[in-house]
Amino acid sequence: MDKPVNNRAWFLVLPVLVLVAFSAVIPLMTVVNYSVQDTFGNNQFFWNGLGWFQEVLESDRIRAALGRQLLFSAIILAIEIPLGIFIALNMPKRGFWASLVLVLMALPLLIPWNVVGTIWQVFGRVDIGLLGHTLAMLGIDYNYVNDPWDAWATIIVMDVWHWTSLVALLCYAGLQSIPDAYYQAARIDQASRWGVFRYIELPKMQGVLLIAVLLRFMDSFMIYTEPFVVTGGGPGNATTFLSIDLVKMAIGQFDLGPAAAFSLIYFLVILLISWVFYTVMTVQRDRT
Amino acid sequence: MTTARASRGSAVVMTLYLLFLLVPIYWLVNMSLKTNAEITGTFSLWPLNPTLNNYRIILTDPSWYMGYVNSLIYVVLNTALSLAVALPAAYAFSRYRFLGDKHLFFWLLTNRMAPPAVFALPFFQLYSAVGLFDTHIAVALAHCLFNVPLAVWILEGFMSGVPREIDETAYIDGYSFPRFFTRIFMPLIASGIGVAAFFCFMFSWVELLLSRTLTSVNAKPIAATMTRTVSASGLDWGVLAAAGVLTILPGALVIWFVRNYIAKGFALGRV
Repeated sequence: MDKPVNNRAWFLVLPVLVLVAFSAVIPLMTVVNYSVQDTFGNNQFFWNGLGWFQEVLESDRIRAALGRQLLFSAIILAIEIPLGIFIALNMPKRGFWASLVLVLMALPLLIPWNVVGTIWQVFGRVDIGLLGHTLAMLGIDYNYVNDPWDAWATIIVMDVWHWTSLVALLCYAGLQSIPDAYYQAARIDQASRWGVFRYIELPKMQGVLLIAVLLRFMDSFMIYTEPFVVTGGGPGNATTFLSIDLVKMAIGQFDLGPAAAFSLIYFLVILLISWVFYTVMTVQRDRT
Repeated sequence: MTTARASRGSAVVMTLYLLFLLVPIYWLVNMSLKTNAEITGTFSLWPLNPTLNNYRIILTDPSWYMGYVNSLIYVVLNTALSLAVALPAAYAFSRYRFLGDKHLFFWLLTNRMAPPAVFALPFFQLYSAVGLFDTHIAVALAHCLFNVPLAVWILEGFMSGVPREIDETAYIDGYSFPRFFTRIFMPLIASGIGVAAFFCFMFSWVELLLSRTLTSVNAKPIAATMTRTVSASGLDWGVLAAAGVLTILPGALVIWFVRNYIAKGFALGRV
C-alpha cells in the first residue's frame, strides 16, 4: 500500500481516458440533453425541466417493471450464490478431470446471449422441446408462453443455467488459494466439516464472493436479451424487466425524453447499489 | 473411509450439475442434425436420420456465414484495442498513486455497470453522425465501453502480483520504460494478458443489443442474423439450431486455450 506518488502516471491512463470519454461521456451527455427537453419533431427542442423525470417516477408501468427487476435480481442472487459455493466445494481439485470440468462449466458463459435464449425457448417448448415435452408427459400443465408463473420459472432456471458457473468458478479460485496447512491444522483440531467451511473456506472466499455478488447483481439487473428472446416480455408484461421496457420506449416508440430520463434514473440506481458493494469490498480488503 | 464417501458424493453432485448444463446444449445439437419434418413431426432423443444439411445451408450462404466473419472481425478488433489502451493504464494504477486515481478507477468501473440499453440510442446517433454506422470499428469501439474497464481491472490485479523490485532493478540496469514494459514486464504477466483477452473476447462475442443496433448490412453479427431469421420464417428450426451450435464453437475453442488460467482469471487475478 506504499505506492510512490507520481502524477506523470496520468500519461499512461490518458489513452483509456480518451477512448472511454468518446464511448461513454459523449453518449451520456446526449442522454442528459434529451432528458430535459421536449420536441414536436423537426429537430426543434425546448426546455422541459424535470418534467420527464416526474413522469417516469410516477409511471405505474415503470414502477411495476422496477419491482419485477428487484424481485428477479433478489431471486437470482439467493439461488446462484449458495448453489455456486456448493458446486465449487464439490469440484475436483486437480488433474485431467479438473480441467475437463472447468471447460464444460465455462461453456454456457461463452454462448451469445440470444442463443442462450434460443436454447431455452426450444428446450421448453411443449411440442419439440425436451423439457416441455417431459413435463407434459408427467401431466404437469406447463406453458411459458401463456402462464406468467411458468414464464418466470423458465427465465430463472435459464439464468441459473447460464451464470451459476461464474459464481462457482470464482469460489473455486478462492478455494484453490487456501494452503494445505490450514486443512491439516483443522484435522489436528478435529474440526467438523461445517467448522472447516465456516472458519476456513468461507473467510478465504470472501473477496471473490463479493466480486461474484457484484457481477451477478449488475448483470441480472441489466438483463435484456435472454428474456426478450424467450418470452418477449410476456405474457402480458409479466417478464418485462427494466431494460426491455427501456428499449421498447427508446427504439420502438422513439420517446426520447421519457426514455432518457428513465435511462438516467436506471443508471443511478445501479450505480448506487454497486457503489455500496464496491465500498464494502475495498473496506474488507484493506482490513485484511 | 469418510473421504472416499465424500468424494463419491462430490462426483454425484458434479455429474448432476454437468448434466443440467449439457442437456439443453445437447438438445440444440440434436435438433441441428434433424430435418424440419423430423423436428416437428416426431419426438426422439437422438436424430433418427442424421443430416448435415442445415450446416450446409449456413456454410454456403454468404448472408449466413458473413455474419460469423463480421462478428469475428469486430471481436478481434475490440480485444486488440482494449488491451492496447488497458495495459499502460493498469500499470499506472498498480504501481503509482496519482491525483484522482481512486475516483478514476471507480469511474471506469461504472462504465462496466452501465446498462447497454441506456447507451443503445445515443450510440446509434453518435456513430451515425460521424459516419461509422454499420462498420466493424463502430461495434468494436462501442464494446470498449464495458471491455476496457474490465481489462484494466483484470490486468491491474495480475500486475499487483508482480513484486515492484523487478521494475526498480530493471530501471537501475538502464532499461527505458517502453523497453522494460515490452521485454520484461509483459512476459511476466503473460497469463494475465491471456485472461484479459479471453474476457474481452467473451463479452464482445456474447453481446447482442449494441452490435445489433449499430449495424444493418455490412457488419451485421451472426447473432442478429439469427434473430431476424426467426422472425422472418419462424419455422426453420433446424437451421436456427445449426447456427446456434456454430456460435458455441469459437467460445469452446478459446476456453480450451486458457483452461489452466480460467479459475484464476474468473477471480480477476485477485485471489
